[in-house]
Amino acid sequence: MRAFTYERATDPVAAARAVAQRPGARYIAGGTNLLDLMKLEVETPTHLVDVQDLGFTRIERTPQGGLRIGALVTNTDLAADDHVRRDYAVLSRAILAGASGQLRNKATTGGNLLQRTRCPYFYDTNMACNKRRPGSGCAAIGGYSRQLGVVGVSTSCIATFPGDMAVALRVLDAMVETIDAHGQTRSIPIAGFHRLWEDKPQQDTVLAPGELITAVTLPPPLGGQHFYEKVRDRASYAFALVSVAAVIQPDGTGRVAFGGVAPKPWRVEAAEALLPQGADAVTRQAFEGATPTKDNDFKLPLATRALAYVIAQAKA
Amino acid sequence: MKFNVPATNNPIDRMSVVGRAQDRIDGPLKTTGLAPYAYEHREAANPAYGYVIGAAIAKGSFRWLNLDAVRAAPGVISVVTAEDAGTLGKGQFNTVKLLGGPEVDHYHQAIAIVVAETFEQARAAAAMARVDYDRAQGRFDLDRALKAAPIVGNGGQPATVGDFGAAFAAAPVKIDAEYTTPDQTHAMMEPFASIAAWQGDELTIWTSNQMIDWGRGDLARTLGMPKEKIRFLSPYIGGGFGGKLFLRTDAVLAALGARAAARPVKVALPRPFIANNSTHRPATRQRIRIGATPDGTITAIAHESGSGDQPGGGPETATGQTELLYAGANRLTALRLAVLDLPEGNAMRAPGEAPGMMALEVAMDEMAEKLGMDPVAFRIKNDTQVDPARPERRFSQRQLVRCFSEGAEQFGWSRRNAVPGKVRDGRWLVGMGVAAAFRNHINRTSGARVHLDPDGLVTVETDMTDIGTGSYTIIAQTVAEMMGVPIASVKVKLGSSAFPVAAGSGGQWGAANATAGVYAACVKLREAVLQSLGFDASDALFEDGHVRSGNRSTELRKAAAAGRLTAEDRIEFGELAEKWQISTFGAHFVEVGVDAYTGATRIRRMLAVCAAGRIINPKSARSQVIGAMTMGVGGALMEELAVDRRFGFFVNHDLASYEVPVHADIPHQDVVFLEEADDKANPMKAKGVGELGLCGVAAAIANAIYNATGVRVRDYPITLDKHLNQLPPLT
Repeated sequence: MRAFTYERATDPVAAARAVAQRPGARYIAGGTNLLDLMKLEVETPTHLVDVQDLGFTRIERTPQGGLRIGALVTNTDLAADDHVRRDYAVLSRAILAGASGQLRNKATTGGNLLQRTRCPYFYDTNMACNKRRPGSGCAAIGGYSRQLGVVGVSTSCIATFPGDMAVALRVLDAMVETIDAHGQTRSIPIAGFHRLWEDKPQQDTVLAPGELITAVTLPPPLGGQHFYEKVRDRASYAFALVSVAAVIQPDGTGRVAFGGVAPKPWRVEAAEALLPQGADAVTRQAFEGATPTKDNDFKLPLATRALAYVIAQAKA
Repeated sequence: MKFNVPATNNPIDRMSVVGRAQDRIDGPLKTTGLAPYAYEHREAANPAYGYVIGAAIAKGSFRWLNLDAVRAAPGVISVVTAEDAGTLGKGQFNTVKLLGGPEVDHYHQAIAIVVAETFEQARAAAAMARVDYDRAQGRFDLDRALKAAPIVGNGGQPATVGDFGAAFAAAPVKIDAEYTTPDQTHAMMEPFASIAAWQGDELTIWTSNQMIDWGRGDLARTLGMPKEKIRFLSPYIGGGFGGKLFLRTDAVLAALGARAAARPVKVALPRPFIANNSTHRPATRQRIRIGATPDGTITAIAHESGSGDQPGGGPETATGQTELLYAGANRLTALRLAVLDLPEGNAMRAPGEAPGMMALEVAMDEMAEKLGMDPVAFRIKNDTQVDPARPERRFSQRQLVRCFSEGAEQFGWSRRNAVPGKVRDGRWLVGMGVAAAFRNHINRTSGARVHLDPDGLVTVETDMTDIGTGSYTIIAQTVAEMMGVPIASVKVKLGSSAFPVAAGSGGQWGAANATAGVYAACVKLREAVLQSLGFDASDALFEDGHVRSGNRSTELRKAAAAGRLTAEDRIEFGELAEKWQISTFGAHFVEVGVDAYTGATRIRRMLAVCAAGRIINPKSARSQVIGAMTMGVGGALMEELAVDRRFGFFVNHDLASYEVPVHADIPHQDVVFLEEADDKANPMKAKGVGELGLCGVAAAIANAIYNATGVRVRDYPITLDKHLNQLPPLT
């Protein structure tokens, strides 16, 4: 860990300014991912702006009938919220499928969206990694890639976005609200929030330097049956090999997104339109052009079979 | 005390304390955080902090580019490289030197220690180091390296009994199958850690080590100093699993750092460093051939295993159990050893037996199916009460058949559907599996010293360690039984080189040998007590804090009225273990569910029935066995160090990516100990269970998965990807 300076922000715009103006500055909220990465020198911020006093801790109804979730609402509180459990169960289930109770108590809504990949080569500073050190190459390509991406990856990086919560947010069409150093706010559709790596894997999201997440909003409830099916080698406390977030309507139509397979929650709207035809039809289209490795090509049939379970449950 | 004839009646046979479930006497210290672990001792004043730099390549050499800058970094007191350290020896239990340079032997081999005022400063300075590596071609591919690997041991020839080739060729029913097991890391909770402090030419080291005398000797050898000048202390250990049998980097570099800094130095290896810096259980490639007559009598059995290690290292002895577990007139075993430049392979819980049984006990399942026999019946039919290679050598105790029959009864084995893939419970394909557990008992000399004080307190001192197993408690039980005092009147002091050398913790030899050593010392103390009290030795009883003979009864403490009585002895073993095969046995039963959709396996219930001599403390023995069963679940379903064959290292070197079971993976476990007292083993009539509990577990799970799915996976761990495409069609 490198020495760093620290400040505790009391105002969002001032916080955004502090990070935007200072190269190497980073926000810290729960710190469940950033601190680990700092200990390993994967992340070497020179300055931390602690946002935990900014207040974004409320879950409120929106005038449109949706929910507005403050960026600092903990994963535990969000998963336990009555409205979320009733109207957005996929979100509650996704959160509870991730991490551990202790981590969920600290982890925040905004921070969860910003967690970094768990590619083992990203974590080992002796290894080439375009995400950690742009231009150094990718040791994961041709290496141990069982956990890594099968679709939407690039020749620069085959890492995945590792989270669960965002996969649920993707089927719910959430919006990410931000504020910048000039006090400018914007709403970013979750679909466009995480980037595909292309030739710039060091940048995980479309956030500009200093742009601060203030809330995540959900549109009015979708109804239907909600599923989060997470497949992993052990029963708990592990990242997904493949996960499926789905909302299935009584007529068999619905929405579906996959986790653990791509640089972002993977939802292909044209594919999910095929839900009434069954899992095969959906995944054939959703994973069209996939480029799995020998280590992780099982993720394609696994995604199909996990979705088949969801569809069977919805019919049961 | 020389143990060279079978034990007769002795005070332990009363079983008034020994053999009864006893809470850990160190439990309150552990649960309140007062038991100091290696990094937490406070005796060394004003310690500095060491941070180890590990090699970034697996094979080659290097030169430092900016050591001066590291030395000048804030807070840095000293930096020690191989060049600074001068001539270092190598421990007799180490294959690879613990401080590399300028040559690198494996990834994350230590190449320097940075000592600074704070941990953070040491870590930051270590991260500044720039090193110019010259990468050399390394040997990282086990399968390729095994193609030209020689047989080791037995003059380079397979060990044979009868004529395996002819018998196998003639066998009417046979199988010939290959199995693989992966590299595994110990993943103990407490990392390697040491504090070193010099006073003149004398060194005190607080560390985390299973074998005090081995560690002390190897530290002396490495530093080129007399062993007697080292105080080696390891009173509490947060798990070792064989990884802490030996001297490791933390102790050596703490000592070197402390010498250079002229300050006590604390060193702990960070988690991502451990898999590649320390030892691991080597991967194996195994081939098993079994031939039998149609009635299920084994006529030929062969087990060959290949593994790799650093130059000068040894094989994973995966075939040992096959020499003794089942009958059969014609036999063959062989171990091949390839040279690899991966980190050093060495002992991990049940070394050899664990991976060997992972293969053998699946092969037995496959053979039973081929014969159309129940797997339990097939094993019972081929039981042997003698060493098959030397039939004049009988097993001292062998209740394997009873383990199977009682286990089958209790587990409800008769409900198993012999046709695989037929039992469905919702989304789950359900299966049952069984495997033998088998681990030999090892005798080791073990010493202890006991004191009786005027207040009646009995203190026992031995360098035996407690690696979380419960040594403190079983030693207290032994003393209480021998001296006729309550447990509360026994004080147990362990893990110091100031105490008599004991068996140490490893190879499931600790409990039986260490308590036998304490028994020997207590026999001497009893003699001293009787002499002090003027009792006739032949019929005295030690009970309720009194010594009784005939009508006479005197308080025990009065024997020390004139001052502390001290006795010391050790147990030494004669040739009983040559004449008899002394082993421990068990049967593991497992029920699994395999997700019909995703192929993921989850354990539903487990049962182990063990016959392992007298069980000194059924409570901690059960803990040992359920812990071992949990480790077996890891081995069967998830544990694998992933080898990067290009760069030569274990990629998943942290606990997020090297998965071990969590609570949710372990729903229900039962353990049964059969009554047994092995008079050929030691005066305690005890053996061990720590490794027995692991041997066979993974095979029982593998067999249960097969029973659930009808897909045989011979490549551990059995992750979902290995059978996903062969699972029964979704309905």
